Amino acid sequence: MSGGGGSGGGGLRLAWLRWSARRPGVRAWSLMAPGTGWLLVFFLIPLGFMLAYSFMKKGVYGGVEPGFTLEHYLRFFDPLYLTILLRTVVYALGCTFFSLVMGYPVAYVISRSGAWKNLLMFLVILPFWTSFLVRTFAMIFLMRDTGLINTALIAMHLVQEPIEMLNTPFAVMTGLVYGFLPFMILPIYSSLEKLDPSLLEAAEVLGARPFARFTKVVLPLSMPGVVAGSLLVFIPALGSFLTSDLLGGAKEMMVGNLVQNQFIAARNWPFGSAASFVVMGVVLLAVFGFLKSRDDSAPGGL
Amino acid sequence: MAAPVVEFRNVSKTFAGHKAVRGISFHIDKGEFFSILGPSGCGKTTTLRLLAGFEEPDEDGGEVRILDEVVNHRRPYERKLAMVFQNYALFPHLTVEKNVAFGLEQRGTPKGEIVTRVRNALENVRLDPVKFGGRPPAALSGGQRQRVALARALVLEPSILLLDEPLGALDLKLRKEMQLELKSLNRRLGITFVYVTHDQEEALTMSDRIAVMDNALIAQLGAPAEIYEHPRTAFVARFIGESNFLEGAYAGREGTWALVRRADGSLVRGRGGDGRAEGAAVKIAVRPERVELVQPDAVPEGFDALPATVRQVVYRGEMLHVRVTLREGGEMVAAMRNEGQIRNPVRWQEGVACMAVFAPDDARVLEEDPA
Repeated sequence: MSGGGGSGGGGLRLAWLRWSARRPGVRAWSLMAPGTGWLLVFFLIPLGFMLAYSFMKKGVYGGVEPGFTLEHYLRFFDPLYLTILLRTVVYALGCTFFSLVMGYPVAYVISRSGAWKNLLMFLVILPFWTSFLVRTFAMIFLMRDTGLINTALIAMHLVQEPIEMLNTPFAVMTGLVYGFLPFMILPIYSSLEKLDPSLLEAAEVLGARPFARFTKVVLPLSMPGVVAGSLLVFIPALGSFLTSDLLGGAKEMMVGNLVQNQFIAARNWPFGSAASFVVMGVVLLAVFGFLKSRDDSAPGGL
Repeated sequence: MAAPVVEFRNVSKTFAGHKAVRGISFHIDKGEFFSILGPSGCGKTTTLRLLAGFEEPDEDGGEVRILDEVVNHRRPYERKLAMVFQNYALFPHLTVEKNVAFGLEQRGTPKGEIVTRVRNALENVRLDPVKFGGRPPAALSGGQRQRVALARALVLEPSILLLDEPLGALDLKLRKEMQLELKSLNRRLGITFVYVTHDQEEALTMSDRIAVMDNALIAQLGAPAEIYEHPRTAFVARFIGESNFLEGAYAGREGTWALVRRADGSLVRGRGGDGRAEGAAVKIAVRPERVELVQPDAVPEGFDALPATVRQVVYRGEMLHVRVTLREGGEMVAAMRNEGQIRNPVRWQEGVACMAVFAPDDARVLEEDPA
């Protein structure tokens, strides 16, 4: 190994091994250093700046001026912005709900598909091969007045006028669910896949019919996947801006769009930062509330 | 006579062209401890799963009957049985109490009754309900999980209890203990036990009757002693206990015994062999503990003796296994107690000439293994 070059290097290596052997924490830290360093420099420090900005005064051409003020946070309580926040939370919750309702059965079926499992899971993650932006544009082509869906409906004489889909909540929700569904399927699939089939047989011999087997055995044992999937969908959905921008138009603005506008168009960095922190607060509250409620309800431990 | 609790009538099961069970028939009586014994892949697990209802027989694949009813297409929850699984299959998200209560809840048993019955069931398998009731299965040892699995099945007071290699994961001492306990539960509760195992010793210890399975068929069915003393085929003779095999040609009968001519022209006697044609190639099985070694000039009256040379002495503590080479080819093992000098003054050593001696009643002319 590295110590092979000379007695000096070997001695150094030996010294390190001896020294660190007595301090197991040091070895763990040295393994974690690259990852933690990365997060520290590129996540935690910028976050600190943002937090500081959110309490400073707005600069004339963007940026900030020194000082301390709560005005940006207070401004957020304007009904205009609260509506946006509420809409965002509703979208994120809705997206989580629909992803769960549609994703669970998919994950369930795939987990029981034997030899087809890997192919089917491959198909689930296939959309990631193209950029989300491109895929969202593709949805515009599907949903616009002269798009595939309306053209087909009119051709079949099912409707006279094109149905207005773009720039509606329907379009935004569809886009969000489309984008985040795989994040729901993956963790649920992995917890269902680990489910020991003999547990279902045991339940069946004990008298459980299919519905009871699902509610008493399958569902509780896949809850870790449901929790992970819900968080993986809810959190990014809360911060998403691309879908609402392209499919929702100005009417369906989400907090993500607000932040983006404040930083890029309005050049109001402090308010943009404050809005970000409000979203972060909502996420933290939601996640802790969610995990706490699960702790209390499952004394058996999962 | 009362109808049998379980009956298989010519039952077959095929998986994607592979015949897992080929037209087997047997019945199990009420309260019996019935074992299905065989090596892996012999069809024993499929047989149990057909009985449990996880598998249905082939079309025209015979009848599975429970309590005199054909149950071929009944789901497991419609059959009056309970099962203990190989890996216990305890619900990891439920406490011990909840695991045991699961079946009762599914059957809509009143709450108050569940509490009492769960407590009784745990006490029945010698688990303290107060101490263990609230624990999750992950906090139990293998032996304790085994007991919970047993309690979860017995609490339903089933007429039949299926056990799929339930002791496989336990260490030897615990396994012996559980064997005796299972047997006494079977006697005390009067429940019919159907026990699947690949461990012949386990089957011999506990069973009233054993069905030895090989190659998707029942090779032999009978009481432990019957199977051990009168193995029908070479497979059974080899799988249950150990056997020495001698080959030869069927050469008629001498009284109740069959005569078999060995390669060197000598005759050996044994039981069985009925219906074999003169000159047919047959095998004789003799248990090692029924073979004795004597000095060449000391063959007792009425025994068959084969001249041999001691090849190897395997010291096994209480027992000695002496492997000898027969003069006309082949070898035999004689198992003898490691007795003191007074009763057994001869110490067999490699290279010593001797006679391998056995009684004709301890030799069994085998039937051919079915294809």
